[in-house]
Order: sequence, then structure tokens, then C-alpha cells
Amino acid sequence: MSPAGLRGATAVVGVAESDLGDVGPGRYAIELAAQASHRALADAGLTVKDVDGLFGVVSGKLMSTVDLGEYLGIRPRYTDSTMIGGSAFVTFVHHAAAALRLGLCDVALIAYGSTPRADSGRARLGGGAGPEQPNYEAQYQPRSPISGYALAAARHMYQYGTTRTHLAEVAVAARQWARLNPRAYSRDPLTVEDVLARPMISSPFTSYDCCLVTDGGGAAVMVRADRAADLGVRPVYVLGAGEAHWHKSINQMPDLTVSAATESAARAFAMAGLTPADVDVVELYDAFTINTIMFLEDMGFCAKGEGGDFVSGGRIAPGGALPVNTNGGGLSYTHPGMYGIFTVIEAVRQLRGEAGERQVPDARVAVAHGNGGQLSSQVTAVLGTAEAL
Amino acid sequence: MTVVSEDLLTDMLRPDVVYREGLAAGELRYQRCRTCEEAVFYPRICCPHCGGTDLVFAVSAGRGTVYSTTAIRRRDLPSYAVTMVDLAEGFRILSSVHDIPAEDVAIGMAVRIAFDTDADGRPRAVFTPEAAQ
Ligand SMILES: [Zn+2]
Repeated sequence: MSPAGLRGATAVVGVAESDLGDVGPGRYAIELAAQASHRALADAGLTVKDVDGLFGVVSGKLMSTVDLGEYLGIRPRYTDSTMIGGSAFVTFVHHAAAALRLGLCDVALIAYGSTPRADSGRARLGGGAGPEQPNYEAQYQPRSPISGYALAAARHMYQYGTTRTHLAEVAVAARQWARLNPRAYSRDPLTVEDVLARPMISSPFTSYDCCLVTDGGGAAVMVRADRAADLGVRPVYVLGAGEAHWHKSINQMPDLTVSAATESAARAFAMAGLTPADVDVVELYDAFTINTIMFLEDMGFCAKGEGGDFVSGGRIAPGGALPVNTNGGGLSYTHPGMYGIFTVIEAVRQLRGEAGERQVPDARVAVAHGNGGQLSSQVTAVLGTAEAL
Repeated sequence: MTVVSEDLLTDMLRPDVVYREGLAAGELRYQRCRTCEEAVFYPRICCPHCGGTDLVFAVSAGRGTVYSTTAIRRRDLPSYAVTMVDLAEGFRILSSVHDIPAEDVAIGMAVRIAFDTDADGRPRAVFTPEAAQ
């Protein structure tokens, strides 16, 4: 079977967040993952007993799906705890599509939970996992992950004339979307001047160039397309997906201005038989403002080096020509640490026409793009309504 | 090219040790692949460029150019630079530029190696602007 056999063969039929924001000091990541899972299954009209494919990452768990299966009472016949960073959840969309298409499972659950705000008040356990390899960066005290992205932004500015105002435009557009999303964490008005006036944290970034730190979880449910029709929900079809990674540590990124999203997106669009011109809405992992600029370039929405101008003048904001991060993104909506699931949730809501005030009219094709590490792992999914099949 | 050691097998199997010994001796060591001739850094047991395993250590002359840099702000202390430097031998290192304010470190600036110790007293390679030498 050619990989093209996956196009439209599976669909996301349920999505949900857990409680988000500040969930309180006595709660734990696996609880949020479980809560989101139950809600997402309910959204699909299914229960945990229907699930036989389990995909997920739970913060602090090294074998996430094993813990989650025990916790939820699921005994999966397909399990995947692939930990490639914040893009993992979009990778799970890709892997679940393949597993479902091949009959390796019939109902796949993708789950996430993390409680960095709650954890901040807890005592530390000893015996951390420790470094994977000798470390050639720690001696210089980079402030991870921000300095890695700051280095990329600085190089992008040097090479292409991108400005701090361009970066600020990304933060402002995200906030304008967040103001239309009642679940968003930061909803106060924000201007370019506000962003530029903040003190620098790691140049060229101020705090408003950086994503939020919130609690939160999310989940999505997928079945094969034939079953999707029986569930009485509006299916969102997975039209294409692709993944790529070239480096892990920022010092090993060959060109700080070009990410592996160039390959992941090309693969996803090829599977879908579509191009960026066919996309109605983009949900991408905006850990920092430079991400939005780089990923729009790398995915082919504009040429390399033109991202700064592309995001300016409200083009990616509400009412703009290309709606990007319509939930408010990691910058203004929520960011528990690995944001990828929320790109999928919002893409599905937009394609179902359930996005309320922030709904993109007649959205038929959406991109969900995940990023992990320091511009390291890149995963792109192209999703569509029945009209896009 | 300076070959650090003729004990190539030992070097190959403990590249991190050889690298750290270099820093303690005031040398920035890197590897050269004898199969594809590319410079390799950080130290490895195989070449990421060609997949070869015939690597030898050499000592960098310590001349390079700033590839990218960020000034990290601290409360009540001066900012410090986290800087990626392209060495003339063809490899890149994440390091820091000293002797000037972190905000003044600029992409494209010519820099030269210096050595100091980190907060834990371990030797490390840092850089200073050529113009300040
Ligand atoms: Zn080689």
C-alpha cells in the first residue's frame, strides 16, 4: 500500500481539553490527561472501553501510555509513547492514522497532561533522569528553551532584515484571536508598542515574545472514515501528515533560519494532494514569536525571509487573509509545555464550524503543525472536511 | 592539522574525555573525519557527515566569527552573552563572548578564543573580540 492510501482514510471524531490554566496545587498531570481523554471520548460518543489504540505523553512519566492505560483501565493493542517534544501529539495523529488504516487498532486515543504551575509548589523528587549525553552547552548557561529560539530569531533578523516589530506583530495577532476565545489565558488588549516596551529577557525577545506557562491537557479521538459516518458527529479527515527532524540541540541546527518543517510540510501536502494555497486556517506551535514567522516560511505560505512582512498588517489576525492560531496560540491561549495537541483541537473545531466568535468562515482545510525541542522535531498534519476529500 | 594523540583507538572511544583534557590544557579540540575531511563537533565516535568512524582530534587555532548571539538579562547583574561561533576550521560551538557588554556582541564579529572556568570551576572555551586583543 502506498502512503497515499492514508489520505482521508481516518478522521478525528472527538477532541477536548482538560481543565486549563491554574488547576490548583493538589492535582497531577495524569489526572488532566485522563480527564481530557474522558471528555474527548464523550465528544465522540465513545468510552474508554472502546479504545484499543493508546497514544500519549504525560509529564513526568517515562512510559506514559503504560501509566495511562493502567489509570484509565485501557488495555491497548497498539501503544505509542513517542517522546519527540511538543510536536508529539501531531505525530500521534500521523501514527494513529496509519495504525487505524492498517487495522492495528480501531479506536485511537491521543492524550496529554502536564501541570507545571501545580508542580512549582511541590517538593522535588531525587533521581532525575539526568543528561542523555555529555553536555557541550550547559557551561554557558543558555536559558532553555528561550535562548535557542532567541539565537534563531537574531540570525533571522541579521540575514533577512526581520525586525522586533515583525516579531511583535505575531504576539499581537495571537492576542487578538485570544480575545475571541473564552478559554484563552491572556485576553487583555495588546499592542506592538506594549510588546516592544517590555524588558528584554533573551535578546531579541521580551516576555511577550514567549509563550505562556499554564496547566492543561488535551485529547483527540480518531477512527476510520467509514466508522466516522456512523458516529453522528461531523468528521474531520486527516488528509496528510509528515514529520522530520534534523537536530536536537540548537548548536547542531544546520541553518538557524530554516527548520525541518520544510520537509514535514512538503510531505504532508504531498500526501494530501494540496498546497498551502488550499489552506483556510493554520494552527502552528508558536512557542516564541519567531516560530510563526519561520514555520509559515518553511511550510510554503511565503518565501524564506519574507515571513516578517507576511505576518504584518493583520494578515494572520482576525479578518486577515490567512487566519493563524485562531485560539490565541501558545502565546495567549494556553501552553502547558508541549502544545501540539491544541493545534489539532483548534483545527478540528474550525473545520467543524464550532469556533464561535473566532470561526473562520467556510473553513475546509486546516494545517496543524507541531514543533518539539529547540526547533528540532517538526510534524505537519493537513486536515479537512468532507468537502475537501 | 595537529593530531593530538597517536592513540587513535583510545581517542575514538572516549571523545568526551579527550575533549575535556584539551580544555584543561588550554586547547579547544575538535575532530576531523579522515574519510570525508569534514570537521566534527561536538566530539563523537562517528562522523555525522558521512557515517565514517575514522576520526582524529586536532586543536583549533581559535579564530572564528559570531554566527548568532543572544544577551540574557539577569536581575541585579550584567547580562551575559550566549553565542554561537563558527571556527575557521569548519565547526560551530555554543559559547560566550567576554570583555564587552553582552548587548554589543554582534553577528559577523571576528572573535578569538580565551579560556576561563565556569561557576563549578570547570575549564571552558570562551571568546573575546579580535578588536579587543
Ligand atoms: Zn566523514
